[in-house]
Amino acid sequence: MTFFDFLSIVVGVLLLVIAFLAINSKKLINSVLFLSALSMLAVVAFVLMKAPDVAITEAVIGSGLVTSLFVFTLLSVREEKLK
Amino acid sequence: MRKLFGLAITFALGLVIILALNNTVNFPAFGEVNLSERISGAYLSEDNVEEVGSANLVTSIVIGFRTFDTLGEVTVLFISSLGVAFILGRKKQKRMNLNFKPNFMLRVGSNILLAIILVTSFYIILHGHLSPGGGFPGGAMIASSVLLLYLADDRFRSNIKGFKLLEGFAGSLFVIIGLLGLVFATAFFANYLPTGTIGNFLSAGIIPIIYVLIGLKVGSEIAGIIDNFLTEEERA
Repeated sequence: MTFFDFLSIVVGVLLLVIAFLAINSKKLINSVLFLSALSMLAVVAFVLMKAPDVAITEAVIGSGLVTSLFVFTLLSVREEKLK
Repeated sequence: MRKLFGLAITFALGLVIILALNNTVNFPAFGEVNLSERISGAYLSEDNVEEVGSANLVTSIVIGFRTFDTLGEVTVLFISSLGVAFILGRKKQKRMNLNFKPNFMLRVGSNILLAIILVTSFYIILHGHLSPGGGFPGGAMIASSVLLLYLADDRFRSNIKGFKLLEGFAGSLFVIIGLLGLVFATAFFANYLPTGTIGNFLSAGIIPIIYVLIGLKVGSEIAGIIDNFLTEEERA
């Protein structure tokens, strides 16, 4: 078993665990953060699978734009509830 | 009934995963696929790659052979931004009141980060035909720099009219460049400029021009979506 195999197995198991946590966490904000971590790990997986084009797109959109849009939406929804 | 359905789906997925790990004809092991069987061999043959002139093989397919599909992707993004503007956009808008107040450190630090993000995004767009990346990720990076400005200042509004103008300009120029292919060559989006040497910055004909236009269009569209998300109707 080479280092490459070991790394891909670790990344794959972590992806599954974090996906499960993202679905099952009680607070919405934790779900969003786990989703962001999932995107970051998916970037590593894409680089391991020699797809740098997809990795760059995933890094920008998955962990940057989508996460911040979700966080902003959650912030504004909470504020409406307080009024 | 619902639990039975879930059990059936779980077993089916498990069967697919076991089959996929078995190195059969349908699911070869990673890295052992003969690519010329899966995608059209014409995209990979040396003559055609030299005809397009892009060092990045993915770009040579996405913008070289399949530019019409890329036009469809850009249209999808345009329709989604149109839908967001249709639902959330109003005439009189102000920034949404959020629960957090950005401090001095965040404001100054974001201005430094903004320059780095913008330079990286333009690098990625301009080198789309040489290295991984291209118009779509670069445009999303431009939009994320706009998002950073919104995050760091709770009164900031970007010049949304300018972005809309830029988006329309870039989108129509993209189609016009494609139509010029009918005049100078034989097909829509044909590569009619000289392709030059593979690997040079000025090579690959119309591909860098199209990628710059796509980057500007995607960036301004997503910036418009962000502005719609972070503004609300002004109550009189």
